[in-house]
Amino acid sequence: MIILKVNGAEQKLEVDPDMPLLWVLRDVLGLTGTKYGCGQALCGACVVHLDGETVRACVTPVKRAAGGSVTTIEGLSPTGDHPLQRAWVELGVPQCGFCQAGQIMSAAALLRKNPRPSNDDIDRSLAGNICRCGTYTRIRAAVRKAAGLPTE
Amino acid sequence: MEQQRVVLLRRSFLAGLGLAVGGLALGVAEAAPPAPPAPPTPSGATVQPGLRTGVFLHIAPDGTVSIVCHRSEMGQGIRSSLPVLVADELGADMARVKIVQADGDKAYGDQNTDGSRSVRGGYEPMRRVGATARAMLVAAAARKWRVPAAECVAQQHAVHHAKSKRSLDFRELVADAAKLPVPDAETVALRPASELKRVGGPLPLLDGPAIVTGAAQFGADVRLPGMLTAVIAHPPVVGGRVVRYDGARALAVPGVKRLVELPAPKGVGVGFQPLGGVAVVADTTWAAMRGRAALEIVWDHGENASYDSASYREALSRAVRAPGKVVRKVGDVDGALKAAARTVEAEYYVPHLAHVAMEPPSAVAKVDAGGCVVWAPTQNPQAARTEVARALGVDEGKVTVHVTFLGGGFGRKSKPDYVAEAALLARELGAPVRVQWTREDDVQNGYFHAVSAQHLTAGLDASGKVTAWLHRTAFPPIPSTFDAKVKTPSENELGLGVLDLALSAPNVRAEACDAPAHVRIGWLRSVCNIFHAFAVQSFIDEIAHARQADPREVLLEVLGPARKATPAELGVDKVPNYGASIEQHPVDVGRLRHVIERVTELSGWDAARKAGRALGLAAHRSFLTYVAVVAAVSKDALGKVKVDEVWLVADPGTVVNLDRVHAQMEGAVVFGMSIALHGAITMKGGAVEQTNFRDYPVVRSPEVPARIHVEIVKSDAPPGGVGEPGVPPVAPAIANAVFALTKTRARELPLRRLGL
Repeated sequence: MIILKVNGAEQKLEVDPDMPLLWVLRDVLGLTGTKYGCGQALCGACVVHLDGETVRACVTPVKRAAGGSVTTIEGLSPTGDHPLQRAWVELGVPQCGFCQAGQIMSAAALLRKNPRPSNDDIDRSLAGNICRCGTYTRIRAAVRKAAGLPTE
Repeated sequence: MEQQRVVLLRRSFLAGLGLAVGGLALGVAEAAPPAPPAPPTPSGATVQPGLRTGVFLHIAPDGTVSIVCHRSEMGQGIRSSLPVLVADELGADMARVKIVQADGDKAYGDQNTDGSRSVRGGYEPMRRVGATARAMLVAAAARKWRVPAAECVAQQHAVHHAKSKRSLDFRELVADAAKLPVPDAETVALRPASELKRVGGPLPLLDGPAIVTGAAQFGADVRLPGMLTAVIAHPPVVGGRVVRYDGARALAVPGVKRLVELPAPKGVGVGFQPLGGVAVVADTTWAAMRGRAALEIVWDHGENASYDSASYREALSRAVRAPGKVVRKVGDVDGALKAAARTVEAEYYVPHLAHVAMEPPSAVAKVDAGGCVVWAPTQNPQAARTEVARALGVDEGKVTVHVTFLGGGFGRKSKPDYVAEAALLARELGAPVRVQWTREDDVQNGYFHAVSAQHLTAGLDASGKVTAWLHRTAFPPIPSTFDAKVKTPSENELGLGVLDLALSAPNVRAEACDAPAHVRIGWLRSVCNIFHAFAVQSFIDEIAHARQADPREVLLEVLGPARKATPAELGVDKVPNYGASIEQHPVDVGRLRHVIERVTELSGWDAARKAGRALGLAAHRSFLTYVAVVAAVSKDALGKVKVDEVWLVADPGTVVNLDRVHAQMEGAVVFGMSIALHGAITMKGGAVEQTNFRDYPVVRSPEVPARIHVEIVKSDAPPGGVGEPGVPPVAPAIANAVFALTKTRARELPLRRLGL
């Protein structure tokens, strides 16, 4: 049995310990906000926080999270109004929206370590998160807005 | 605009939408649509002609207005746009409006969300839905107050009579209005544009909150009780089949329930049929993926097993060096080339491309005695319904297609092969089944954008003016997917940048050259405009440099003066024109010139260039919208070309949702950059060589320009397309800038493969 916390709640799981965290979240716990995009840690659609650090859930065996605390997009803010979520809506960032949970989770980790990131910091920190719709310039602006910085 | 009338809604239809029965409900019944729109929609995707009834609007007794969005949401913001036309005409308060996503049903008219035509097709019909309901509510209020209807106005969810200072909320009028005869939509007055309070502005993003909290349900997110997940080993080569397979190791994976061999496609073309192969059905996605990895399959690769991109490229090149089928002709090109003071000649090549929407194909199906219900991220829910019915051998009436959010579409999700897979497996397993394509499946088993070669020759007079223009195009056509014998580009495909290109040269000839297909060819965002605009806009830049003239001046000269280019001037019987009439949407050179002039003004084209930085320009009309792009490039620390800044000016005619138009154009710049810098699907032994984002890269944040400037021309012309037309000029603008910077002419894409 694997015991871990997901969005603050303890979960006791009878699963293959090698199953990637992504499929535990999506198929076992029904938390579908974290997305499958590549399965190879190439696109960032599955980024979640494990003990405060970003991990690619698609290549993280659930056993690595045993005893740890996982935060997904559903748990980023209990009321869905994390400054990043607010900025994302206010600036109309999402197009299709599929990558945005991963983008926001990466950005949240960035802001925790670097509350006043430059555009280069943002680009580097989010380089692992692909947006095929091409919302990158608005993502930059929204991260800056959430950080209280001018969006230009 | 199509003929239409408004009809009362059937009760059963309302119930199916989950709306309260009762109250006032309206729909539009359209006559058969005109010429099929481009990109070509094959049989199964087209709407049967004849009268159809549909439903778009329902007002409940409590005044809640439900507006149906019959087009699929894939990031273009259609759910935040089309319903606003209804609401504004009605005079509704958006806080009391609910948006209902339509199932796939011909009653809605065309639902195939491609061809950048949701707003241009829906602009007037959606307004007429709102206007008709408004007329009925106003009539009900006027009758109650015994005043002329003309003295009443509907706004803020109420009807008002100014003279007597009386108002009635829609809630208080619904019951009476529902008893009135439905006025003829043709005679219902639309509001003047100035009264549409929200249309044209930056409308709020309806689904933003659901997306940023992870609550938005995409196709892969649907969960049903007892649902199983299937991952499928598809034939690596189109037309291939399973000879035999050993499933012992796959079945030994914990969680794997069943292996199911799927039928190979039948008939003259694969169309939207599933590709066949072996499905591994399991209780989790992980188990299904592991099971598939453990399958041992012996394939017969079939007739396409010799498809090889390197040799095919040579064949395409040979094809465009020989005369093809003349598809456009004006004047005497051969004579003018002989008489020319000099000629410029070039050949261009663009490889196959894959859509790689962030959400790989996925669908959920459940089959029981009552029929089949599917949940799918599909651009084309009616085609999904047809294909599922065909796969199961049941009547379409037994199939329900619920449309989820799409995690990107770009044309891939117009083709419902993956939906039919889910239906077949759900029936086989007797349980709900979710099909999940892996990214590798998506990259290797897609419907690919056509590989192409273009040959261009221009004859110049002594002053450098272009007097003769010869364009040959070769690419495996989309119709080959539906009939494998077809190898000549279709008129609709040629209408994407060859037949509709206005030129000042008096002698013009275009030829289409044959190219057989060996993969499923499908439409990808902006379709053949990608390679036609790349070739034409690069070539005009080459002419400019050959003349040592300013590329903007040469571009304007080659296009000629402001005018509306007629079919006679273009040298064609008919301009396909994206299914629209040439009277309503002319080939307006003045509008194209305007966006060129404006984008060069914004980008400082005439100012001295900074050292190490160069600008490139391209412009293209597609989907009835005019777009010009300037790209600024420099070299990064590693000597690789970097796109520093991009300016895009678009004239899409009338705009409904200005912020989403901006967003689509910003996204188009990035999508076009991926084509310019990275995109290449190549084949060996009939199979795709790329696998995932590792070897099929797309643009990531560090490559994104510091600034993407977008300007939308204010216009009251009929609405043109928005989702696609931003893409075509991007790659040639970058390639032209690269030439200005490096003197290396990129006659093929992607630039990274050229070491740039």
